[in-house]
Order: sequence, then structure tokens, then C-alpha cells
Amino acid sequence: MRLPSKILSIAAAPLAAGCEGVQSALDPQGPAAAAIAQSAWIMGFGAAAILALVMALALYAVYRAPGRRAPSSTAVIVAGGVALPVVALSALLAYGVTLTRELRERGGEAALELEVIGHRWWWEVRYPGAAAGETVASANEIRIPAGRPVAIALSSADVIHSFWVPSLAGKIDAIPGRVNRIVLRAAQPGSFRGQCAEFCGAQHARMALEVRAETPEDFERWLEGLRRPARAAAAPGAGLFKTHCAQCHTVRGVAQSAGRLAAPDLTHVASRPRLGGTLENTPQNMAAWIERNDALKPGNAMPAFRELDPRSLEALAAWLSSLE
Amino acid sequence: MSEALHRRLEEIWCTPKGLRALTGVNHTTVGLRFIVTGFVFFLVGGVLAMLIRSQLAFPGNDLLGHRAYNAAFTLHGTAMMFFFAVPIMEGFAVYLIPKLIGARDLVFPRLSAFGYWCYLFGGLLLFSSVLVGDPPDSGWFMYTPLSSKPWSPGLGSDFWLLGVTFAEISAVAAAIELTVSILKTRAPGMTLARMPLFAWYILVTSLLIVFGFPPLILASILLEVERAFGLPFFAPHAGGDPLLWQHLFWLFGHPEVYIIFLPAAGLVSTLLPAFAQRPIAGYAWVVLAVIATGFLSYALWVHHMFATGIPLLSLSFFSAASMAVAIPSGIQVFAWIATLWAGRPLMKVPLLFVLGFLFIFVLGGLTGVMVALVPFDWQAHDSHFVVAHLHYVLFGGMVFPLFAGLYYWMPLVTGRQPSETGGRVAFWLIFIGFNLTFLPMHWTGLLGMPRRVYTYPEGLGWELLNLVSTVGGFLTAAGVAAFLIDIALQRRYGPRSAGNAWNAGTLEWSMRSPVPSYNFASQPAVDDRDPLWREPELAAKAQAGAFYLGHPEPQRREMMVTSALHAEPQQVAILPGNTWTPLVAALLTGLFFLGFLVKAYWLAALGAALAVAALAAWAWQGSSRGGPLEIDAGLGARLPFHYATAAPPGYWGGLVTLIADATLYASLLFAYFFLWTVSPAWPPQGYRDAGLALPALGLAVLVASSVVVRLGRGSTPATLFAMALAAAFVALEGAALLPALEARSHAYDALVFSIWGYAVLHVAVAILMAGFVIARRRSGYHERVGEARVAELFWHYAVAAWAAGFLVVHVFPFLVPR
Repeated sequence: MRLPSKILSIAAAPLAAGCEGVQSALDPQGPAAAAIAQSAWIMGFGAAAILALVMALALYAVYRAPGRRAPSSTAVIVAGGVALPVVALSALLAYGVTLTRELRERGGEAALELEVIGHRWWWEVRYPGAAAGETVASANEIRIPAGRPVAIALSSADVIHSFWVPSLAGKIDAIPGRVNRIVLRAAQPGSFRGQCAEFCGAQHARMALEVRAETPEDFERWLEGLRRPARAAAAPGAGLFKTHCAQCHTVRGVAQSAGRLAAPDLTHVASRPRLGGTLENTPQNMAAWIERNDALKPGNAMPAFRELDPRSLEALAAWLSSLE
Repeated sequence: MSEALHRRLEEIWCTPKGLRALTGVNHTTVGLRFIVTGFVFFLVGGVLAMLIRSQLAFPGNDLLGHRAYNAAFTLHGTAMMFFFAVPIMEGFAVYLIPKLIGARDLVFPRLSAFGYWCYLFGGLLLFSSVLVGDPPDSGWFMYTPLSSKPWSPGLGSDFWLLGVTFAEISAVAAAIELTVSILKTRAPGMTLARMPLFAWYILVTSLLIVFGFPPLILASILLEVERAFGLPFFAPHAGGDPLLWQHLFWLFGHPEVYIIFLPAAGLVSTLLPAFAQRPIAGYAWVVLAVIATGFLSYALWVHHMFATGIPLLSLSFFSAASMAVAIPSGIQVFAWIATLWAGRPLMKVPLLFVLGFLFIFVLGGLTGVMVALVPFDWQAHDSHFVVAHLHYVLFGGMVFPLFAGLYYWMPLVTGRQPSETGGRVAFWLIFIGFNLTFLPMHWTGLLGMPRRVYTYPEGLGWELLNLVSTVGGFLTAAGVAAFLIDIALQRRYGPRSAGNAWNAGTLEWSMRSPVPSYNFASQPAVDDRDPLWREPELAAKAQAGAFYLGHPEPQRREMMVTSALHAEPQQVAILPGNTWTPLVAALLTGLFFLGFLVKAYWLAALGAALAVAALAAWAWQGSSRGGPLEIDAGLGARLPFHYATAAPPGYWGGLVTLIADATLYASLLFAYFFLWTVSPAWPPQGYRDAGLALPALGLAVLVASSVVVRLGRGSTPATLFAMALAAAFVALEGAALLPALEARSHAYDALVFSIWGYAVLHVAVAILMAGFVIARRRSGYHERVGEARVAELFWHYAVAAWAAGFLVVHVFPFLVPR
């Protein structure tokens, strides 16, 4: 750590206590977010100093003892209004332009390329398949190997979304008709929360995702698993899935989506941390989601299956929750 | 003598009571209407803000559902930006500018009244969406495709697009009027360099509106046309691009920030000297800073789009410009400090609000520099950090000066002095409440909370910060309530104020108190920036009729017109009196918007036709035929009446209107070239070209019409011949182009169709205007040379617009590789 950043981090220590969080830009877990957090501290303290200076001058001007001679007005304007900002802003601009280029170019050597597609209101994540050109899909969870740059090609299936995982990097928009790129790199294994940052309608608030960084070995093992079709028991739930869910959802090896609506691939749904973006992934929540997701995430495109009898509901939820 | 003159002038200039008050056109009346209506929308937006803060007080709160919340923040932003901040500042300008520059009224009084009605009706139209249960809910920025038909199938987006566009007529109208008033109706001797700073700020603001609003008006028209008729401009599957909306929106949206801030800063620069009891420090610095801000504000729009994936070079350019705009703001801040430093500041309520403004605005400016740093913006953008930043800039930059201004100028309106206690209570409640709301919000944003979320989970560290913000919000609301109570008390019980309540140096304090409807019994001659400090007896002399147009038996509304740079007396304008025309014209314009909203296009067409008829009647209205051509204006000046000159104020108004119109057209051409740069094929595959022969002939015929108009010198046969040529152009071009277009199939066709439509519409209006001039002449209005010049100017503009359109539509496709 260089000296200035050392001083900064000491000065920021009392503040930093309130900076932690799985979605905090001030609790960086990767090099890009760390560089930006540092810029935030530098500018934050600089801004506070300038504000204090300006207000001290203004209050002095109002309340100073009568009879004190005032400096020349032109001198005040030139020193405070021209010289100070020109010097400070020139330095800041040089710093900003350099940092921008650095962050944009990092990731030229990405180890892995993912596709992320924003949907109202979930994230489709596509990993490279076993064969070249093939991809396998997951939803609302992105796993990456820790310590390695992972490039994400971002697009949208409907309106504009914005991909934001604050503890790893800044945000970038997912725009229909365009593909944007961003590089994620987590320094250590861990879980980081992100969510859509561009207002996209009813459930913008619940368009969340989780990034999970693992050791490269664990990640490779996991990806192998993702590529495999579902290890599904031939339980009654499978039949129910084919009847009620396969209009839109896919479970590879069991049923291919009929493509009525774009919907998350459920092949390994039980291995994901959350359902519908924000619910903990438990069999109870799975059943609740199937039965009344319109109450849990109002406006959601999926129909609610209130007409399913309790036994079928339980069977379907149990089967889905078995899809590790 | 002076009392009799006062009564006579009051009779001529006053706004009638009762129902006929609706006919009022006087700038004092219209300005106050803007301010009061704007404040009502401020309260509406404030209530919406309290709903938003209540919902966010706790994680997982279910006070508002997603629909109500999304509508609430959409309407909050829309109300505050379009129906409070811009109009109330216009109101200040409409009310103050004539008083500050020594004029009796604005130069186009009916236009200000018309603008007010458009603003009011536009607001009512927009907010009626709440009553029918279909309010807009895609955000005040209306990003496509979320606001487009597939994702917003209801009427919400239409309410927004039509209501806001209707209200924007008032902004453009006020901008035209204020520009011409400031340039042409300053008191004799008030050269540009002696102009009160507020007039400089408003001049620059008006020009920002003239160049800044047309892109949004165009974007709104395009989106409404896409929604209503299916012409694609923003839909990516048909050659459009959602980013086109963002470019057009922010081309307006960033100047908009300065359209709001500059008038407010102008209030500060104008009232601060009264508290320092010395002239502003660095007048020339401030003027240059204001002009520089105006220019720079057009180089900032992309900083709202740093996260859209634009190239590195653009990022750097817009980052630099966004930082550079801090310099002119810094100059103003230090000019204010230097003024206080050099003076003997009196700590009264308006100054207290100015100091509060200084703290909040400087902090907002500093966080603005932070988000100008691109990588930091990638984190802060669309998070609560930006919510905090923009409220610091807008609430600090605009609402605090607004309150300072309300307290400062209130004696003009009520004739009473504001109380110190009530004002201080309001100030501290608002100041503490505001900072409690928004200071923690910087933190909330950097802890990862995005904007526009109606709910958030526990455990992300946002709970306490949000609760504090909510408490602060309600404290701010209590402060606004305290202000309202204070004003009500002041109106009733405040001590009578002397004419010059603050011993200020500017002309508005030379009037009787409360101010009379005619402002100045005689229009003063001025030879200093602070005329009342230079010449303390000026007020008495002006009130006694000793200056210009002070004749003892005034008959009608007369006002001096002076030269733009040096304010030498040139003409005497006869201003129209109270009339129903503006209200009727606005109602008929409303019929057009209403027809569009309910998709009864026959009704819209009828409304448009009737509105045009009303505008023609408006133009016809006014002074009598064959009156005198000259008048003794006093102080030895014998001047022509405005209608008998070649460059009456109306001609200037026509010029400024054409600049706004040309900006709209340039925005349309920008849309064409922008989509060209992002499209794989331009024109798209399968487009059948119209060929060059017929269009070239059409253009030749149209240019010939311009030559005929020029050489015919307004003779009736020549004008009729030119009209025939123009009609022939419409037929020729239509025959060539329309069969080739499938406007619903691709953005290319849709844009070509729109460019053609723009030209045809302008040719039609040019024909109508030429017809109007013929009719006027046949009715005996021979002396009105200025009118004929406006019509001719418009004719040449319409022809030039199509010449450019021809190059784009018919020549450009040959130049680009297919």
C-alpha cells in the first residue's frame, strides 16, 4: 500500500466501520471496486475540505469584526473561483481519465466469457457448454473463479436494465439491440449481491442476483455439473412439471421449454441460493413461489398455481428442490 | 398630479376583478399566477415525496405497492422539474424582469398569458391521469422501451408526453418573450453593461430554453407518434435505438438543470448587494461565468449516460466538460463571498436562506464533480448517491434562493415587511430537515441501494439511513408549512413597508408600494447599474411622470422600445389590453392534446384547426387602422409607433421563434444521423428509392417560390403565384416520396416521413401567413410593414428547411456506402 492510501485508510477507519455489506461499493472485494472506492475516499475528503473552506470564508465575510479591511474582490474571485478549481480539477481529470482507461482495458485477458441477459425481472446467465459454440443456462446466480477476470457480455431481452454488483465493479447498462461488456474479478472466494440499477418497471426492486466466487478448482467442478442434464428422480413431480411448467421452463434431460415466455432454466435450480431473486431457496419457499408468486413478486410474468391441490404442489416443489 | 396620473394609469393597466380576471395579460398578474401555481405543484410534489419517504422508512414496508410507488416517484420528478422548478422561475422572471429593467410590461403580454394557461392546462391534463387511475409510471425520464407501447400499454405514457409537451409551450413562449423584452425594452440608458444581473441570468436562461427544450419536444412527439401510429424511432427490432431517446432527452435534460439553477443564482446575485449594501463584486466576472455556464451546459448531456457503454474518448470529453462547468459556478460563489466581504452584511431572513443555499449548493457541486469522474459514476449512477447529489444541487441551488427571493420581494406584492421570527423558524426547519434527509443518502447509495426501488430487504445496512432520511423529509415538510403560515400572517399583520424595503439599488424598488399595475408612471432614464443608489430622487421623479411616456392623459398601454445594445429610445410600443384570446387559444390547444390522448384524432385535428384560427384572430387583434405614426415620448424624443417600423418587437419575436423551430428540426436531423451511425444498413435493405428527378423538380419549384416572394415585394399577385408554386412542390414531392415509404416498417422510413412532414407543415404555415398579410392589407392596415416581414422571413425559412431536408432525404443515401 502506498503512503497516501495508507493515510487515507487510517483516516477512513472510523467511517469504514459503516461501509460493510454484501452490496457495498465501499467494501470492495475486487480490484476494480477497490480502485473506485479509493477514488471515492480521496474525493470525499477533498470535497469536505473545500466545503469547509468556502463556508468558513462566507461566515467570516458576514460575521467578521467591523473595521477589518477586506481583500480586493478580484483577488478573492481569481483565487477561489478560478485558480483553486483549475488546479484541483486538472489533477482530478488526469486521475479520472487514467483510471477510466485502466478499468476499461483490464479484462483484455479474460479467462472466461459469460453471457448475461436481463429480463423483466430476472437475470439469465449463460456459460460456455462442453462443445464450442454451445451454452448452458442458469438464472440470478453467477459463479466465477476467484482471482481471475471474467468477461460478461451483457444484453437485454426487453427494456433497459443495468448490471450492478457494487463490491466487484461499477455498473453497465443492458440495452436491447446492443451488447455491452464488463469484467468482474473477485480477489477472494465469497458471495456478493447485486441488483438491477436501471428502472425497468414493476419489480425493478426485486431484480437481484448473487455472484459467488469460488476457487478455480471448485468452479470447474461446478461448471461440469451445470453442463450435465438434471439428475431427476422419476417422481410424480416430473410429470407435474411437464404438464404445468414446461410451457416456459426447461429442465434439461426432462423437458425442453415450449418457449411461450422466456423463463429461467431450472435444470439445477436447487443449487441456486435464491428463488425469484430475493427468496431463500427452500422447499417451503419453492411451494410458496409456485402457488402465489404473484403476491411475492407482484407483476411477475409467471402465473400463480393456486388451483394445484396441496399434494401435487408439495410433490412438484419437492421434485424441483431435488434438482441439485 | 401624481395621484391623478396614478389613477388614470391604473385604470388602463389593471387586471379586472371577478370572472374577467381571466382576461388579464399584465405581467404582474401573470407572473404571480405562475409563482402561485408553481408553488402549488411544489406542494403536490412534496406530498408525493413524503409518500416515497414513508414507503422507504422500513425494509419490506407495504404502505405503497409497486404501482403506487412507481407512479409516485414518476409524478414527483415530473411535478418538480416541469411544473414547479421551471415555471416558478419563469414566474419570477415574468414578474421581475420588466420591473428591474424599467419597463411597464413584457413585450408580448398575451403570449405570457397564453403560456400560463398552457402550463396550467398541461399540469391538469397530466395529473388527471391519477383520477382515471392510469398515471405514468416509467419515471420522469421516460426511457424507451419501458415507456413504449409494448411495456407501457396504458395511457400513462401518453398522459406524460402530452401533458408535459403542452406545458412546455409555456417555457418556450416565456423564453421568446423574455429574450425580446430584455433586448428591446430596457429603460433608456440601460446599456447591456448596466443591466441588473438578474436580466443577464434570464437572458442566458431564455436562450438555453430556446435551444434546450426543442430536443425534448421533438423526442416527445416522436415517442407519441410511435405509440399512437406505430412509426418506429426507438424500437431496436425496426432500426430504431433506445439510446436515441436518451440522447435527445439529456440534450434537453442537462441544460434543464441550468434553466432551473441560473434564474435562482440570478436571484442571489440580485438580492445579495442589498444585504451587503454595496454593488456586486466582479460584475463582469459573473456575467462571463453565466454565459460560460450556458455554453458548457450543452457539453454535459452524456454524463447521464456514462454507464451505457459509450466509447472511451467520449467518456473523457464529457468528463472534462462536466468538471469544467464547476469553474463558472466557483466564480459566482466567490463573487458572492467577495460582495459580502466588502460590504456590511445585514443578517436578515433572505440572507439566511442565501447562506443555506451556499452550503447546500457548494456541497451539491462538489458531489457533482465526484460523479463527473467516470469510474466513480459507474458506482454512484442510478444509486441513492445521485438522488442525494441532485437534491443538493436542485433543492439547494433553486429552492433556497426561491425562499430568499420570496421573502425579499414579498413587500412589492403585499406592501408589507416579512417577519424575522417566522422566517427563521422556517429556515432552520428546512435546512436541518433537508440535510438530515439527503446527507445520509450519499452513504445509502454507496452501500449499494439503487434508485427507484419500492422495497428493499433487511441486512444490507440501509435500514437506519433510510429511517433518518424519512424523519428529515418530514422535518423539511414542517418547514415548508411554517413558511406558508408565516406568509399568511405577514399578508395580514406585517408592518407596512416603505417603498424601498431593503434600501436596494435596483429599479423595482422605485415604485409605489404595493407595486401598481403599470409599474412606472414614467419610464426612467438610467445611467448606472444601481440607479437608486446613484440617484435617490429617481423614484419620486418617475412617479411624478418626469421621465419618458409620463404624459398626464395616457390613453392606452404605451411602452418604450430601445436598441438592443445601448438602450437608445427607438419606438413606442402599444401593448394589447386584457383579452379572452389567450385563454380561448389555450383551451383550443388543449382540445388538440385531449383528442390525441383519447385517440379521437378527428377531435385533435379539429382542436388544431380551431387553435390556428384563434391564433389568427389574436394576430388580427389590436390597434386601430390609420392611426398616428409617431408620438412625443417625452424628454424631447419623438418616436414612431412600433407597428410602423420595419423591426417591431414582433419581428424579433419571430426570429427567436424560428431559432427554436430550427433547433427542433436540427434535433430531427440529428435523430436521422444518429440512427445512421448505429444501423447496419442505411437505407435498410429493400428500401425502394424515390429517384432524383421529381424531388429535384419539386425543390426547384419551391426555391422559385422564395424568389417570387422576394422580388414581388409583397404584391398580392406575386404572393398568390408563390402560393401556387409552394402547393405544386407539396404535390410533386409527395408523389415522389410517399409511394416509396413504409413508415411503419423501419426507422429510416419513419424519419424520412417525418422530415417530409416537417417541411410540408412549414410550407402550409407559410402559405397561411402570406394569406394573412394579404387579408390585412385588403382591410386597410397598410402601415404594418413589420408583419409582412415576419411572414416573408418564415417563407424563406420553410424553403431553406426543405432544402436541407432534400439533401438529407434524397442526396445523402447516395453518399454513404450501401
